[in-house]
Amino acid sequence: MDLATLLQVLDSTVRLATPLLLACLAGLYSERAGIFDIGLEGKMLAAAFLSAAVAAVTGSVWLGLGAGILAALLMALIHGLASITFRGNQLISGVAINFLAAGLTVVIAQDWFQQGGRTPSLMGGARFEAITLPLAETLRAVPVFGPIYHDLISGHTIPVYFAFAMVPVTWWVLFRTRFGLRLRAVGESPEALDTAGVSVIRTRYAAVLICGVLCGIAGAYLATALQAGFSKDMTAGRGYIALAALIFAKWRPWHALMATMLFGLLQAVALRYQSLELGRVTVPVQAMDALPYILTVVILAGFVGRAIPPRAGGEPYVKER
Amino acid sequence: MAGPDRGKGRSDAAAPVIELRGISKAFGPVQANRDISLRVMPGTIHGIIGENGAGKSTLMSILYGFYKADAGEIFISGQRTEIHDSHDAIRAGIGMVFQHFKLVENFTVLENVILGVEEGRLLKPSLAKARGILRKLAEEYELNVDPDARIEDLGVGMKQRVEILKALYRQAGILILDEPTGVLTPAEADHLFRILENLKSEGKTILLITHKLREIMAATDTVSVMRRGEMTATVRTADTTPEALAEMMVGRKVLLRLDKSPAKPGRTVLEADNICLTDADGVERLKNVSLTVRAGEILGIAGVAGNGQSHLLEVLGGMRAATGRLRMNGQDIALTGRAADGQARRAAGIAHVPEDRQREGLIMEFHAWENTIFGYHHDPAWQANALLMDNAAIRAEAAAKMARFDVRPPNPDLAARSFSGGNQQKIVLAREIERTPDLLLVGQPTRGVDIGAIEFIHQRILDLRDAGAAVILVSVELEEILSLSDRIAVMFDGRIMGERPADQTDEKELGLMMAGMRTEAA
Repeated sequence: MDLATLLQVLDSTVRLATPLLLACLAGLYSERAGIFDIGLEGKMLAAAFLSAAVAAVTGSVWLGLGAGILAALLMALIHGLASITFRGNQLISGVAINFLAAGLTVVIAQDWFQQGGRTPSLMGGARFEAITLPLAETLRAVPVFGPIYHDLISGHTIPVYFAFAMVPVTWWVLFRTRFGLRLRAVGESPEALDTAGVSVIRTRYAAVLICGVLCGIAGAYLATALQAGFSKDMTAGRGYIALAALIFAKWRPWHALMATMLFGLLQAVALRYQSLELGRVTVPVQAMDALPYILTVVILAGFVGRAIPPRAGGEPYVKER
Repeated sequence: MAGPDRGKGRSDAAAPVIELRGISKAFGPVQANRDISLRVMPGTIHGIIGENGAGKSTLMSILYGFYKADAGEIFISGQRTEIHDSHDAIRAGIGMVFQHFKLVENFTVLENVILGVEEGRLLKPSLAKARGILRKLAEEYELNVDPDARIEDLGVGMKQRVEILKALYRQAGILILDEPTGVLTPAEADHLFRILENLKSEGKTILLITHKLREIMAATDTVSVMRRGEMTATVRTADTTPEALAEMMVGRKVLLRLDKSPAKPGRTVLEADNICLTDADGVERLKNVSLTVRAGEILGIAGVAGNGQSHLLEVLGGMRAATGRLRMNGQDIALTGRAADGQARRAAGIAHVPEDRQREGLIMEFHAWENTIFGYHHDPAWQANALLMDNAAIRAEAAAKMARFDVRPPNPDLAARSFSGGNQQKIVLAREIERTPDLLLVGQPTRGVDIGAIEFIHQRILDLRDAGAAVILVSVELEEILSLSDRIAVMFDGRIMGERPADQTDEKELGLMMAGMRTEAA
């Protein structure tokens, strides 16, 4: 494999990893605060639909992004109400959000656009454009570094750069700020936070809303950058893959980057090599496409060593009695 | 931030620093606190004593803003103070050390200390400041803790210090300690009381909640007694006696000393050789534990919670697999596999009153009568025919058992959940003892049990011994071990540190062994 091919695969790895990374970080905020969230998928899907719909109508990708974030925030708020305020079961609330999003998006899309549950194809300013980083053309001639800078690092859309920037930002927020300390505390031992005089409910809501914003960006990226419009179930299990990556990453931001890049790579490889010749055996395309999901199952089955989730995860906070 | 005279108040000795008026609190139908009034003078150690469930912890949780009172007023330093949450309590200068620590296990000591009182949005300056203050507090009050240690790596004694440091860091002038010595070795407890004396001499006010009479007598200036949600008396400690306090707690005369005849040990019942256990996390829980028990004697196993006693009991009771050799009445019995389950143990004559009666001893949602046969439910006596159980017979026998063990209310159709801790324990005990086992394993028999029931339970265990059974008693209450046992083994870090005849040892020696120190005779 030459450098150009490798760069192409890696380039598409970055694109495919971006929604996973955003969703994974979204889950990280929520789960570090003790709120399990299997509704990442639904939040992304809702955001993908509304961002594509608004972008299609207004022609502005930024309005679309805003609408996408709003949609995901609304879903996050529902999850927060169910699991924080009303102390319901977080898994069930998450499943409900996934169903709600899967159904509503298609029905509303059909009602608004009559295109079989899709939004119209987005063009021009209704999509995120790739941006060329400074000096990309100038440096292109430099051996090795030039192509890497030009083909791999430069030429992505803004959400991609945002997603990667969120990794150090998330690390910094979690481990260097007061908010991060409280967020981690509430996921480990809400009663410690409560007796320290800090509101458990407010801290958890903050985390869940951040999760909503990031899911919103992830969904908008799917519909307005990676694809050109919304189609039914376009998240294709990315929310669940992000969850698997989160477990794989043991709830740490840098590990989350590694984990989602691995999943992105598998998706990229499957896209590029539709059927892989290994000597006399041909791996069929279906097997290649299934790779990321197989890895998900393997990770969730616990083959990657013990991952200890935040101790108070999944438990609604009730004072004794 | 500074309140009017927070932390001091010696200048105004006549006025109480805490005054509660008419505090009431109900949880559903249970009236946990009824019209409670209390005055605590500044610069004193004020004890609050009462049985489990008397409402002490509820009252303190109200004072700390963890629960909200249904009625009543709180005055701090003469000012009426509304305490809605812990934040308000901290602002009023109240610090609390809960019985179950409220620490974030995977945080460092420093992070736990600053949680909730960080200076500004970034952690760095707060951590630096806390480090300095912690160093000063450590010197002042003998409260040395490594500020960078993770809580999960600390022992209980250290964790408790962190809790105290947390309160002092928040400049608490009033410190509430809820059953602080339950998890400590006697030496650690002595150290704690020295710290409390120190704090008192600095003018701080301490509220000490306990059910241990000895601590009240040793440490407090004033003591208030609670019974069934009410404050029954407040007296100067110097003017009262343990017997008088016990009577006020229970409402009748109580025997604090057991009448115990000397043991008449017979044949060897159980021999355990080199029992070893490594748990799923790879931690060695039991390291070559060997012991024997003879008929007609009680072997007490003392130790601070978490040093292997619970695991040993589970291995002997067939709840966990282990390696080594176990002989019962001269016969080898299995330590692994199907032949090592609770059924097999019961068939071999071993009865087990597990440590956690609510999880292992009973099924809380099931009726009392159903609970009286678990583990023995295959007994032909309970089968009506090949298919059905003879529920009528079981229910009748359950009613008889409950009468014999003075279970209140004596109604076999109530769910196990609806009985008090002491009565739940009597149900378990009735089930296990009445089969006249050769060996009774009993863990924490009186944890969460009121004084009246303790007396009864202890007497039943002694009766079983006198009837010729062997008993292994695991308890974290050293007093209980000392008063019931004939021989005492001390466990530390999965090992047996030594064994003493009960009448040739004392709390001090056992305390050293519990802390991992070998004494000369060992």
